[in-house]
Amino acid sequence: MSRLQVVSGKGGTGKTTVAAALALALATEGKRTLLIEVEGRQGIAQLFETEALPYEERKIAVAPGGGEVYALAIDPELALLDYLQMFYKLGSAGRALKKLGAIDFATTIAPGVRDVLLTGKACEAVRRKDKAGRFVYDHVVMDAPPTGRITRFLNVNDEVAGLAKIGPIHNQAQAVMRVLKSAETAVHLVTLLEEMPVQETVDGIAELRAARLPVGRVVVNMVRPQVLDAAELELVRTVPRTALARSLSSAGLGGARRGGNAERLVDPLLAQAEEYAERYALEQEQRSVLGELDLPLHELPLFAEGMDLAGLYELATELRKQGMS
Amino acid sequence: MSPDATPARETDRSSGQPQEAGRRLAPARVLDVDPLLDDPKTRIVVCCGSGGVGKTTTAAALGLRAAERGRKVVVLTIDPARRLAQSMGIDSLDNVPRRVKGTEEDGELYAMMLDMKRTFDEVVEAHADPERAAAILSNPFYQSLSAGFAGTQEYMAMEKLGQLRARDEWDLIVVDTPPSRSALDFLDAPKRLGSFLDGRLIRLLTAPAKLGGRAGMKFLNVGMSMMTGTLGKLLGGQLLKDVQTFVAAMDTTFGGFRTRADATYKLLQAPGTAFLVVAAPERDALREAAYFVERLAAERMPLAGLVLNRVHGSGAGQLSAERAIAAAENLEDARIVDQGEGKAESRNSPETHGSSDPAEPTGVSPGASDGTSAAPSDDTSADSSDDSPAGSPSGSVAESADAVDRVTAGLLRLHAERMQLLAREQRTRDRFTARHPEVAVAEVPALPGDVHDLAGLRDIGDRLADNRRELPEPGA
Ligand SMILES: Nc1ncnc2c1ncn2[C@@H]1O[C@H](COP(=O)(O)OP(=O)(O)OP(=O)(O)O)[C@@H](O)[C@H]1O
Ligand SMILES: Nc1ncnc2c1ncn2[C@@H]1O[C@H](COP(=O)(O)OP(=O)(O)O)[C@@H](O)[C@H]1O
Ligand SMILES: [Mg+2]
Ligand SMILES: [Mg+2]
Repeated sequence: MSRLQVVSGKGGTGKTTVAAALALALATEGKRTLLIEVEGRQGIAQLFETEALPYEERKIAVAPGGGEVYALAIDPELALLDYLQMFYKLGSAGRALKKLGAIDFATTIAPGVRDVLLTGKACEAVRRKDKAGRFVYDHVVMDAPPTGRITRFLNVNDEVAGLAKIGPIHNQAQAVMRVLKSAETAVHLVTLLEEMPVQETVDGIAELRAARLPVGRVVVNMVRPQVLDAAELELVRTVPRTALARSLSSAGLGGARRGGNAERLVDPLLAQAEEYAERYALEQEQRSVLGELDLPLHELPLFAEGMDLAGLYELATELRKQGMS
Repeated sequence: MSPDATPARETDRSSGQPQEAGRRLAPARVLDVDPLLDDPKTRIVVCCGSGGVGKTTTAAALGLRAAERGRKVVVLTIDPARRLAQSMGIDSLDNVPRRVKGTEEDGELYAMMLDMKRTFDEVVEAHADPERAAAILSNPFYQSLSAGFAGTQEYMAMEKLGQLRARDEWDLIVVDTPPSRSALDFLDAPKRLGSFLDGRLIRLLTAPAKLGGRAGMKFLNVGMSMMTGTLGKLLGGQLLKDVQTFVAAMDTTFGGFRTRADATYKLLQAPGTAFLVVAAPERDALREAAYFVERLAAERMPLAGLVLNRVHGSGAGQLSAERAIAAAENLEDARIVDQGEGKAESRNSPETHGSSDPAEPTGVSPGASDGTSAAPSDDTSADSSDDSPAGSPSGSVAESADAVDRVTAGLLRLHAERMQLLAREQRTRDRFTARHPEVAVAEVPALPGDVHDLAGLRDIGDRLADNRRELPEPGA
């Protein structure tokens, strides 16, 4: 199991949710994981129903069987400042730089620098060891930028190639790339069974592969329950309406004769079944597109009532069951 | 739950009796899109909203509808789904509007897909002499800026809108907005980027020499040299130089990014511009929509209304989720019994005949009369000859009846799920309407498939304009 797991996907498909569930799943049975957020949106805090996370590793959850999940919201400005302090010993001048807006400026005109700092922080956590020489975190899970930006985000070497050709940033980029391109890393993509997210997943995987970044798994999120299977849908198509009316009537829903309450349900119920069948076919189509990717596929159920902490633990259990952790 | 225990909830709508009078909200105003599209004074319609709610689809559907109602329309799309772009013939990305083929009623519809880099390049080319333009276009900082800085896409969408409007070739421009988490980005991002590029800092940093002995700048100067020093080390001196040349070159030709962003922003405030907020009936999307509505009001930008996209309705709204589930359980229980005893007689037992519906012709809604009496008029037995499904000619009556019950139970469960979804969507919508009763709403049903051709767009357009509620009224 890779030690750094990066979770990307189209916006709104459930990157943050899946990353958090994965961190929980990987922590199960006494392990310790770190869940990292890089976009400054406090999505993790919202999900775990805690106050905003500072730029500091913090325990946010206990996993089934006693494991621990830590979380870190990386602030790129503070990370850059730390970095400048470390290499250039700026002292209080660092604060002046921040005040003048120079830090913001630098991360804006050189997004590559910002990305190196973010990925660098994650890689540092992956490799960090305690005094006894054991890894501090068994796994690090990153809630990463969306599919459209993920390759550029991870391919930091290319991004900073035009910048300093020597010096600490350059070295850092090299070190980061070594981790990111190794078997220690896996990049997972979250999608829905809809045309656009699936298309984006396919394109994203091609880009990741072209950049030789290790693609991990595809997680299909918010999968609706199967109410009628293919055989039942076939039956719906062939069964006489009168028989349906009688069956509805026998279930206590009124008269089966023409105009009776049960009979009047037949048309709308069949219309709904037809819509369901159409959606079912579309979903199957998208499933087969995903199937052609030749990657492990996982499916997580839609919680119709919305996501909460209990739901998150359920998703974690589901991921474990499906062998993702 | 037995049918008899069913609350009379379903009757409320037709009988007009408020169920929960205290919670009843005033129904939202209905958004009438046709008068908006037909009005010659409407020149720009902007579709905003958070990601994935259907902005692009709505923009394209409105454009098609307006064109087929006789206006000359251009739709500026940003990120259409591939098949939609193909079917409109705008997948070639040449950054100019193309006439869309296949419109009805001689409608004149043009469409284009925004290419942000190309739009930026064109702006540079239009404002600088060829030599200077070439220098800017090859500047590495310009290249990363135009390829996708935060805000570039929004900035260029506004820029393109300004260009299209200036050409004055179309009666109506329908604008899609870039995919972003927040609908507000469309309004804010161009200014943010403009301010950054025009900012004091970028000027100080890139031209520290100019500040030379100016009074009062001593401290800043020290700060500056330290800053350029540090940043130079960090970013490499070259990048700072690139930024500097870029800003200097743009300055003399372009007249300021911020000024330009402000100018297009004004276009959005001009009479003739109407905003539509698109949202799905989900909490996050509607919360975004509410922020946006409030912001538009603060900016005095005219909001035409809310398009609530992908809502679910039901043709069998009289049957509640609870009753559907109870009925499905009845059928499934009966099957278990049948299988246990090896026969399928329970479905023809007297009780089932009893649950027919004598009050039907009087027009009283079904729920009210269900299970209230045992009328003898049911015609179930008369039909029993065609009871066996066509698919299983050799199957016994018991088997086929069993299969039918199984399918019926499935249909009922499907319906229960639909009714639960509908109730959630209704609650979410009502929460929005309570906060913004002044906003007119048009509801568009969720079609089972994607919308990827003109026929699909026309369908969405019809549904946008039909002024019908998909979801029940509040309190219903
Ligand atoms: N399996 C699920 N069942 C129900 N709701 C879900 C599920 N997964 C995610 N959600 C909900 O979908 C919404 C989007 O999820 P989330 O924030 O994780 O997506 P994201 O990809 O991180 O979004 P963004 O691109 O904005 O960062 C949230 O409201 C979340 O609660
Ligand atoms: N009413 C609808 N019914 C079914 N599918 C829809 C509907 N509206 C939009 N879609 C589909 O949803 C997806 C996203 O729509 P799109 O318009 O691209 O959203 P946005 O521009 O807001 O990101 C597309 O595949 C589109 O076909
Ligand atoms: Mg997120
Ligand atoms: Mg779009």
